Amino acid sequence: MSIVVFAESSENQFKKSTFEAISYAKEIGTLMSKEVVAVNISSIANSAELGKYGASKVLNCSNTDGFTADSTSEIFASICKQIGASVVIVSNSYVGKSLAPRIAVSLNASLATNVISVPDLSNGFTVKRGVFSGKAFAFVNLNRDIKVLAITPNSFEINANGSDCATESVSVNASPSKISINAINKVTGKIPLTEAELVVSAGRGMKGPENWHMIEELADLIGAATACSKPVSDMGWRPHSEHVGQTGITIKPNLYIAIGISGAIQHLAGVSSSKTIVAINKDPEAPFFKSADYGIVGDAFEILPKLIHALKN
Amino acid sequence: MKILVCISVVPDTTTKITFTDSDTTFNKAGVQFIVNPYDELAVTRALEIAEANNGSVTIVHVGEADSEPSIRKALSMGANEAIRINAIPVDAQFVAEEIAKIAEGYDLILTGRESIDYNGGAVCGLLGALLNIPSINVVTKIDYNGGNFTFDRDIDGGRETLTCAGPLVASAQKDLCEPRIPNMRGIMAARTKPLQIIEASVSNQAANYQSYSLPAPKGSVKLIDADNAGELINILKNEVKVI
Ligand SMILES: Cc1cc2nc3c(=O)[nH]c(=O)nc-3n(C[C@H](O)[C@H](O)[C@H](O)COP(=O)(O)OP(=O)(O)OC[C@H]3O[C@@H](n4cnc5c(N)ncnc54)[C@H](O)[C@@H]3O)c2cc1C
Ligand SMILES: Nc1ncnc2c1ncn2[C@@H]1O[C@H](COP(=O)(O)O)[C@@H](O)[C@H]1O
Repeated sequence: MSIVVFAESSENQFKKSTFEAISYAKEIGTLMSKEVVAVNISSIANSAELGKYGASKVLNCSNTDGFTADSTSEIFASICKQIGASVVIVSNSYVGKSLAPRIAVSLNASLATNVISVPDLSNGFTVKRGVFSGKAFAFVNLNRDIKVLAITPNSFEINANGSDCATESVSVNASPSKISINAINKVTGKIPLTEAELVVSAGRGMKGPENWHMIEELADLIGAATACSKPVSDMGWRPHSEHVGQTGITIKPNLYIAIGISGAIQHLAGVSSSKTIVAINKDPEAPFFKSADYGIVGDAFEILPKLIHALKN
Repeated sequence: MKILVCISVVPDTTTKITFTDSDTTFNKAGVQFIVNPYDELAVTRALEIAEANNGSVTIVHVGEADSEPSIRKALSMGANEAIRINAIPVDAQFVAEEIAKIAEGYDLILTGRESIDYNGGAVCGLLGALLNIPSINVVTKIDYNGGNFTFDRDIDGGRETLTCAGPLVASAQKDLCEPRIPNMRGIMAARTKPLQIIEASVSNQAANYQSYSLPAPKGSVKLIDADNAGELINILKNEVKVI
């Protein structure tokens, strides 16, 4: 029996969230005295580096067809069955959340998504997961023998104390996907918002899309991803993939800088788990200041150039 | 074209979340419940596709009698009929296993991207696997050309365009459409539309919610003088050490 991790990759590289997932699995593996096996269903050939994060072995299953929920999960479930998975870990990403439910059904397992801590094994198998869009946490006992967990990016430290591990190739006969992928449009070279450690976000206070160059410059200088409030994406100032909050993406970066965002409860729901929050708003009564660690009361159009200037020096 | 839409009923987005019974139960007192915002999009797009293809839309909800106003709302938007599976919806697996029992025979099944209360984002994939049909998560566009469905869906850092023949299940994401507002005629008609009630029967529950907690409250904000805004960079670099 082992702890199995889906080694998610993008553009021929393992994702940072995969390193988190393996480090997380290693910790559970130590608690349960089980080894960690990473499964790499992609076209990446060299996967030994996953050993650094705690995998004892990587199974490579060459896949050039891309990701589809039905076929990729059939391949992954079949490998999980072959090696006798007792806990299966994926990232709580678009890919992970497409896979995890299907894997749980195939393995007759219990499923928990949005998991943010190592399970408590003192009385069964209890995980802590985010609920109510970041407004609360739930402690959930998973009853079935096998467990499938999707873990939230940035909830778990990467631990790279190990060394390269053995790799093996496996092949699986899966039915071809019924889904055909016609086109993929990806912004390359940008950090996905859900995984970003630093996020610079702006709201209606920025007045219009033409002023976003300052937000982007600040973000670029510190290596942050950019986000926005709902009205900003509703008005088409920014792509909706940047919209954070209760009806947008929930994020958990180490730093969230909110510029010209009032701090409505629905906005805060998606960002309040950020470790450090900075609010910049010209209104001293803006609700965001109640949820922020640091604040600057003032006009964004005067403050942004000062921040950019300070970073350049 | 037969379409099934799964709706969950959730606390209004402005709700301040609290718990009772030593933090084991969500406190419903004074809370206004609504149709999950993503599910309203699913209902709306289902109706548009059904109307263009001479089809019908069935609503399914797993919940207790107090969610009937929300089911009626979906009917007043234009859905033909509804099924309520009578149970406290404990978790996504329980919900999906219950729905799977009535979900055969539909060409298209829609859910929301996630419920804004339990945020599982799981029912779509669970139903796909239970019914052994494809599942397509977080779709921002659905079209039907008489044979196949085409979708746009969100992926990390971008969007993907897909084609798939039904039966299949997909989950609705913002941008799919504008939610339809029921009109007076719809509201009147909804009162007499069929609402069937079925008792839940899944027993082997995969998960038990034991207790809840709230995030630790923030201390008070440290204000930095606007004239000296650059000081923020210094703090983030040297005190918080995040940049
Ligand atoms: C069902 C529902 C779901 C929702 N979901 C979300 C969600 O997921 N995410 C979300 O963000 N919102 C959501 N909302 C909307 C939310 O309630 C707020 O309306 C929204 O967050 C406000 O966006 P904003 O702060 O950018 O704009 P505003 O509320 O207009 O605030 C602009 C802020 O900018 C400040 N400002 C103006 N000019 C300047 C300047 N020159 N310099 C500095 N500051 C300035 C103002 O003082 C103000 O505080 C939802 C609402 C509903 C009803
Ligand atoms: N109790 C329920 N009854 C019917 N459908 C539900 C229920 N709970 C969740 N769903 C559907 O599943 C979607 C995702 O829910 P979840 O997996 O809980 O995030 C929702 O948007 C609904 O479409």
